[in-house]
Amino acid sequence: MQKTLRKMSLGIAASVGMALSSAVAWAETELTMYYPVAVGGPLTKVVDGMVSDFMAENPDIKVNAIYAGNYNDARIKALAALESGEPAQLSVMFSIDLNELRELDAIVPFDEVVKTDEEKAWLNSFYPSLMENGTSVGKTWGIPFQRSTIVMYYNKDAFKAAGLDPDSPPATWDELVDAGKKLTTDDGSQWGMMIPSTGYPYWMFGALAMQNGEVLMNGSGDTTYFDKPGVVEALNFWKDLGSKHKVMPEGTIEWGTLRQNFLEGKTAIMWHSTGNLTAVKNAAKFDFGVAMLPAGKRRGTPTGGGNFYIFKKSSEEERAASLKLIRFMTDPERSANWSVQTGYMGISPASYETETLKNYVKEFPPAAVARDQLEFATAELATFQAGRIRKSLDDAIQAVLVGSKSSEEALEEAQALADRILKDYR
Amino acid sequence: MLMETHKRHLLGWALFTPAAILLIAFTHYPTIATFINSLFSNSSIIRPSRFIGVEGYQDLFDDPVFWKVFSNNIWLALGTIPTSIGLAIIMALIVNKAVPGRSFLRIAYFTPTMLPMIAVANIWLFFYAPEIGMLDQVLGLFGIDSHNWLGNPSTVLPAIIVMTIWKEAGFFMIFYLAGLQTISPELAEAAELEGSSRWNFFWRVQYPLLLPTTLFVLINAFLNSFKLVDHLFVLTKGGPDNASNLILYYIYETAFSFLDISYASALTVFLLLLLAVTALAQFYFVDKRVHYR
Repeated sequence: MQKTLRKMSLGIAASVGMALSSAVAWAETELTMYYPVAVGGPLTKVVDGMVSDFMAENPDIKVNAIYAGNYNDARIKALAALESGEPAQLSVMFSIDLNELRELDAIVPFDEVVKTDEEKAWLNSFYPSLMENGTSVGKTWGIPFQRSTIVMYYNKDAFKAAGLDPDSPPATWDELVDAGKKLTTDDGSQWGMMIPSTGYPYWMFGALAMQNGEVLMNGSGDTTYFDKPGVVEALNFWKDLGSKHKVMPEGTIEWGTLRQNFLEGKTAIMWHSTGNLTAVKNAAKFDFGVAMLPAGKRRGTPTGGGNFYIFKKSSEEERAASLKLIRFMTDPERSANWSVQTGYMGISPASYETETLKNYVKEFPPAAVARDQLEFATAELATFQAGRIRKSLDDAIQAVLVGSKSSEEALEEAQALADRILKDYR
Repeated sequence: MLMETHKRHLLGWALFTPAAILLIAFTHYPTIATFINSLFSNSSIIRPSRFIGVEGYQDLFDDPVFWKVFSNNIWLALGTIPTSIGLAIIMALIVNKAVPGRSFLRIAYFTPTMLPMIAVANIWLFFYAPEIGMLDQVLGLFGIDSHNWLGNPSTVLPAIIVMTIWKEAGFFMIFYLAGLQTISPELAEAAELEGSSRWNFFWRVQYPLLLPTTLFVLINAFLNSFKLVDHLFVLTKGGPDNASNLILYYIYETAFSFLDISYASALTVFLLLLLAVTALAQFYFVDKRVHYR
């Protein structure tokens, strides 16, 4: 017995030693990257494919790309890895994690990593509204990767059946309510519209608030405007869609199953991330359209999605290799491919100039809606202590939608909490 | 002789060490570290950590969300434990007999337990989904309107309770089945000779003999009602407006989403104390009465 044990432990020691030495011998630079997926479709395959293309082109760099769940999970896993001393040199994380990552001193600004003029020019090659969530105190901390806006998916067949013009989707709040009333059937088999209110309610609300002419926070992320009259009005409108106009189910609507609701014809309109576009396109058995969100006082949507970050705990070589990888992944051609395969938008004007995306947009015009909407877009809610502040706004929105609080009351409470938390940062 | 005792001690320590290392590394050290963390504020480059003493615990009593998740936990425990124990006993009695298809029944009852909670939640998400969910479609056949089971604060917790019972009852059934099989068949024969009714036999013989099992299951069920939160990640994320939020999920949110380690530690210490006190109470008070004499 003892002999076997000794043999076993020798064996284990030997194999551990071998594994260690071979890892060193294999690649000069080894990178570990965590990335999230927040929408439907086989996105992990797409990312893994891009990463293996990169390694084929750069045999001296080995990349471990680790799928880490949704945005929250990805941040948690990356930070936990850093905390426990496991390697992680870069990650795709929520664009709105920026302030917290900065406060934790976890990331380096790209301004310190780029060296050549060409690299510096690359920093300015993205859509400016996508950079809003990636810059702070005059520096660039996040490079856009899987970026989105909220778009309105609508079922053209249902529009025809209800006597609506399938080629002119509602462009204002009033038209939205009118169309919704025509699309909602009496027997409850089809709703006019659904706006998801679990998962990322604050994101959807950012769109409604902006359409009503308001933003939810200031640029430096230390002040929120949850209790402004225009913001309260926006929440009242959301609530009224269910309780007054009866074009949307009352209560909260699940983010995760909403796409299924739309695909099964249970709702004629849904607001969702453009990141769902390809998944909807592949599964829809009816003719569907994609439109910009309708305007209240103006059009509006927050941008959303994930940025690349480089962690501070990394060597010079690792940072250079990370930059190489990020440049590879955000290159116009690859960004165009990514957009085609997922529905996320091309992140630079150059990506829409590629043949791939030009042709795709020609044959499938919805692919350009998210980009066209950028003109009306604002940053996503990103404050210091963002998790807690998001949660307090999420709770307020849900409390109003389920009817347990009035908009004024709920948003005032959320604002009071945000003020208490953020006063230290002003 | 002295050498001999010495050796024996050494062996004792050697045998004890692996367990001790594991216990210290994964139970005692984290507990103490958590307690210490709860006494200090969070550190960041902008605001360094400082000693705050019991402030974190005071926050806890002023935090309306904490009271909400705590009461949710109590309702969850009250909703799941008696029903799943009752169901477990009934199921165990059924599959303990030589009924046709016994193995099939046993497997059917036990399957929910074998599934990971995340898988269970994904299944039930599509049961509960309004309009497209199975529950709504079946109710629709009887002309009952669609319900937003998980989106309504008054139905979301009951919905989760039902799912938890479905998941847990089969697990507890296994213990009752084992308990039933240790009961001597002579007792059943004697009862039959005496002409005892089936209910009488259960109530006067089987049930008292199963009391140690019941204590065990009770403690497990109670701990589980605080431990099981995996489904919240999939089903509701604690919403709407914390209507289905539970203490452990709130701790997770506080620690990893809000990055507020200090407050999360205070919450953890509270949960730890609560569970320790309950477990002790169950051992000392209930234990005295469970052994049938």
